This record gives sequence, structure tokens and C-alpha cells, in this order.
Amino acid sequence: MSFLDLDEWLFEVAKFADIVYSPVASDIKDYPEDVDVCLVEGAVANEENLELLYKVRQRTKFVISFGDCAVTANVPAMRNMLGSSEPVLKRCYLELGDKTAQLPHEPGIVPELLDRVRPIHELVEIDLFIPGCPPSAPRIQAAIEPLLKGEQPVMEGRSMIKFG
Amino acid sequence: MSVVTLKINDIDVAAEAGKTVLDAAREAGIRIPTLCHLDGVSDVGACRLCLIEIKGIPKLLPACVTEVAEGMDVTTHTPQLDEYRRMTVEMLFSEGNHVCAVCVANENCELQDVAIEVGMDHSRFTYRFPERGVDISHPQFGIDHNRCILCTRCVRVCDEIEGAHVWDVAGRGAAAKVITGLNQPWGDVDACTACGKCVDACPTGSIFRKGSTASELDRDRGKLEFLVKAREENQWTR
Ligand code: SF4
Ligand code: SF4
Ligand code: SF4
Ligand code: FES
Repeated sequence: MSFLDLDEWLFEVAKFADIVYSPVASDIKDYPEDVDVCLVEGAVANEENLELLYKVRQRTKFVISFGDCAVTANVPAMRNMLGSSEPVLKRCYLELGDKTAQLPHEPGIVPELLDRVRPIHELVEIDLFIPGCPPSAPRIQAAIEPLLKGEQPVMEGRSMIKFG
Repeated sequence: MSVVTLKINDIDVAAEAGKTVLDAAREAGIRIPTLCHLDGVSDVGACRLCLIEIKGIPKLLPACVTEVAEGMDVTTHTPQLDEYRRMTVEMLFSEGNHVCAVCVANENCELQDVAIEVGMDHSRFTYRFPERGVDISHPQFGIDHNRCILCTRCVRVCDEIEGAHVWDVAGRGAAAKVITGLNQPWGDVDACTACGKCVDACPTGSIFRKGSTASELDRDRGKLEFLVKAREENQWTR
């Protein structure tokens, strides 16, 4: 959503880039081959996230860890302090469940939670980190604009790398 | 007052004997990142951010607890020192549970500031996610151990400036933590005068005023310096 805050600059991006996959800005369900750049947001919390992340890495030249959840695992990882996914599932689905309290278990349909929520760079090689919760539109623009010109952005200073 | 002369980053510096290299560097306008140092209280060399090289000494030394000496040749910034500093900060983030987005100190945090200063855009160490507690038994303040970096600034300020000695460090290694009283809930510690000096001293969001929401914690470090100076010089008006 923060990416959409780029407002009219999105027209500039559109001149240089095709959006080939996005959970919010396109309807394509499968991650395509040969992608130049991918902004990965969110921590890895379940098996589906993990599978998609591996696919993204395999099919993308330049992977960006985008936002605090991807970079540090952030709020989603607060369940890690409880040891595993079990206490969270129990609390949500059993203790707070109304009439038919049961743990979700539908392999192939409901992705299983991983025991530990992890930042994406612990799992795959990352080419650029854009921290922030969320990264502000100016920060995103300052990081992406050089990439469009084939240059590496300078990730330094409060405006570019402050967490939170 | 005897004066020694030394070199810091090839600049000739004169400093009062007994001063620390950190003081001398600051007077010469050279910035060394610090976290456990707090003006007005004693230094303990806990955070290791101020590590420096001194010619002829094969190991790195913390500038905040190393006294200046005649002819010393100090280097405060090299690619290797900068790399070690960044690693130290990364370890501080991976060791505790820092979720800046929901922290009272977000935007007003020395750990965050230092992370920016050393150029940390992510931590290369695996996060530990330790299980740690929060104590909100004190009527005015709270302590969240998830964000504590064990700098012991609270311990020293409460002991040396307030004279109450409420805080201490208990446990070893990964189990080390700051405690109040004899590991009692803070609210049960009679010695606490509720002066709030530990709140002002803490560099992170660990010790906070109750009722502050995310990013609201703004500290008045000047107050501590003022108190120390006023005591030393017998000036009691601000
Ligand atoms: S104490 Fe500082 S570094 Fe830790 S979570 Fe709070 S703002 Fe972030
Ligand atoms: S409020 Fe004052 S007396 Fe109480 S623990 Fe903090 S510094 Fe010590
Ligand atoms: S509570 Fe704050 S001042 Fe005390 S040791 Fe922890 S980080 Fe330092
Ligand atoms: S400031 Fe010197 S070790 Fe912390």
C-alpha cells in the first residue's frame, strides 16, 4: 500500500517497468519467469510464503527485502517469543473459538504455519534492503529511481534506513 | 592540572591527564558512537561501540574507559572498526526483541540512532527471540526487558545521581537482566523515589513512563547533566 503512495510517480515507473505480479496491483496468480526486480514485503510465516519466496528468488534477478516485516520479521515475529506456532493457534482457534473450536488443518488449502516467523534474508539471498514500517514513499522512490537507471541506490542515513 | 599530548586520527590533541580517550576525542570534535556512556555517571565499557585502535596495543580498547597517555596514537575510525561497530549493533538487535514499529521510543531511541550511524540496513545475525518479561508494577513507570541492551545506565544513574540504588544486574550470559530491589517487582521496591532519572537515562524504550504510546517517549537527558553539574558546582537554579 505504501508503494501506491508514490502517487503520480507511479506513471514514471510505468514508463520503464511492467508490473508482472502483485498481490494488490495485478490479477496474475502465478509468479512469472525472468523478472528483473521484485519487492518482497512481509515476513515468512507459513509454508506458502516460503514456497513463493523460493520461487521469487529463483525467477528474479534483483530481490529487494521491502519493509520491516521482510527485513526484521517485525510484528509477525512476536509470536516467536512464545516458542512455536502452537500457543498462537490454540489461543485463536481453541480458547477464543466460539461453537466449533478446532485447529485449522486442511493440507493443500490452508497453509501450515511455520514454527518460527523469519526475515526473508535468513532464507534467500537479498540484493537490497529497504527497511521501514512502512517505508515512506520518498524512501521507496529514492531507492527505486536509481535502479531504473541501472544504478545502485545509496542506503544511508535516517531518511533511508531507520527501522520503525 | 597536568596535560598530556596524544594523536587522535593523526590530529595532535592535548588533554587533561586522567581524562578518557572518549572525552579527548569529543573535545577535538571527533565523534565516536557510544551507547553505555552517559555524561555525568561513571563509565563501564559495556556496549563496546566505542572500540578504538591504539598503536602498539594488539587489541581494541573501549575509548570510554581508556585513559589518555602521553604519546598515544589513537585511531577511531577504520573500515575494520566501522565493520565491528556495525556487527555490534546488529548483535544488539538480534539478541533482544526490538520491534521499533510498536515501541514507545521509536524515533527517540539511541539504539536506532546508532544503527543509522553505522549504516545498518539489516542484521546479518539470526534473531534469537528470547522470552523476556515486562514489569508494570510501578505506579508511574514500566520496564520492558525485550528492549533492554544491558547498558546499565539505569543502574548507574539511580545509584550515583539519585543515590537510591534500586537497579542491579542479575544472572549470567543470555539470562542476564536488570532487576529492581532484590529481584522484586519494581512497584514493591521502597527505595525507589519515583524520581524518573532511570527513565531519562535509558537509551532505548526499555524504561518508559506509563501511558506513553508508540513513539511518544521523549527523554530529557539535559536534566541529568544539569543535576550533576549543579551538584559539582553548587548551583541549584536552572
Ligand atoms: S528500543 Fe529502540 S531499537 Fe529497540 S524497539 Fe524500541 S525503538 Fe526500536
Ligand atoms: S525512578 Fe529514580 S529511584 Fe526509582 S529506580 Fe528510577 S532512578 Fe531509581
Ligand atoms: S533498562 Fe535501559 S538503561 Fe537499563 S540497562 Fe536496559 S537499556 Fe540500559
Ligand atoms: S560507550 Fe564505551 S563501551 Fe559503551
